[in-house]
Amino acid sequence: MIHELLERLFPRPQPSGSREEVKQRLKVVIAHDRADLPPEMVAAMRQEILAVVSRYVEIDPEGMEFVLDSNQRATALVANLPIRRVRGEMTKDD
Amino acid sequence: MTRTIVVTSGKGGVGKTTTTANLGMALAKRGRRTVVIDADFGLRNLDLLLGLENRIVYTAVEVLAQECRLEQALVRDKRQSNLCLLPAAQNRLKEAVSADQMRQLVSLLAEDFEYILIDSPAGIEGGFQNAVAAAREALIVTTPEIAAVRDADRVVGLLEANSVKKIQLVVNRVRPAMVAANNMMSVKDVQEILAIPVVGVIPDDEKVIVSTNRGEPLVLADPLPLAGLAFENIARRLEGEDVPFLPLEAPREGFLDRLQKILFAKVI
Repeated sequence: MIHELLERLFPRPQPSGSREEVKQRLKVVIAHDRADLPPEMVAAMRQEILAVVSRYVEIDPEGMEFVLDSNQRATALVANLPIRRVRGEMTKDD
Repeated sequence: MTRTIVVTSGKGGVGKTTTTANLGMALAKRGRRTVVIDADFGLRNLDLLLGLENRIVYTAVEVLAQECRLEQALVRDKRQSNLCLLPAAQNRLKEAVSADQMRQLVSLLAEDFEYILIDSPAGIEGGFQNAVAAAREALIVTTPEIAAVRDADRVVGLLEANSVKKIQLVVNRVRPAMVAANNMMSVKDVQEILAIPVVGVIPDDEKVIVSTNRGEPLVLADPLPLAGLAFENIARRLEGEDVPFLPLEAPREGFLDRLQKILFAKVI
């Protein structure tokens, strides 16, 4: 109670207000709006791309990133796939 | 050459009609023959913000049905004779006019006016499509809030797909103190996300509500409040003047202000 009162009388500037959060949320939602891709399609794309890449290298699923990003009214698909190791030899599926 | 500008936003309640009324009045004050068209059929409001609601006899619908002449439907403002309102019908639905009819009205008005401002309804359906159909330029009104900015972005996309080429942004209801506290997006933040040029920044101002209550656009007030000046500046920028944006700085809240706020907050 006292602590809260002191906080309100002597407010500290909040470096992490909600401003950065709203910007981030907006960027993501707008990138999806602009691309107009249904979520199932994004999911399918992600799976297929992963399948292809995994044939050659082993990917670290933890550090993986797969998002739509938008900048200056252009939308980009950003995939960041950290490689754990390169597969020894080419495995042929077909 | 007449400039036809649609004022639109996607989201409702962000200040389209307030912007149309004030900008129309500001342009008229500068000596420009200006007509504001209410394209919100069934939910008209522009007449109220201009205080012209008691002078409406005919509307755009009667003009199109050839039940009256265009001049009979136009309501001329008594305070500023360069300004006219073409009212929307209140008792018809949004489908009352078509995009072609809107173009027809605008081409008729273009003979007599230098500026045609079209107040679009909220949404992106038929009413919006009609409002946009005849416009060459657009003002997108938004507030620094997530839902308003997202909707504004959708509308920019739709306008780009249409024939509207010049699209500019008006950021309304900016609260500098909240921006300073990192709790509201700044104009720059919004501009970076939407990536269209900013033509106006309007501070949040209680006087807007008072002016709405009275049916007197802010730009007529004397002395001119900050928000009124911000609207006048948009008119000047539309006319090609290079006007710097108003310094919107939060008045620094002193210790006593905060103490007072806490003491009185408990009472209410």
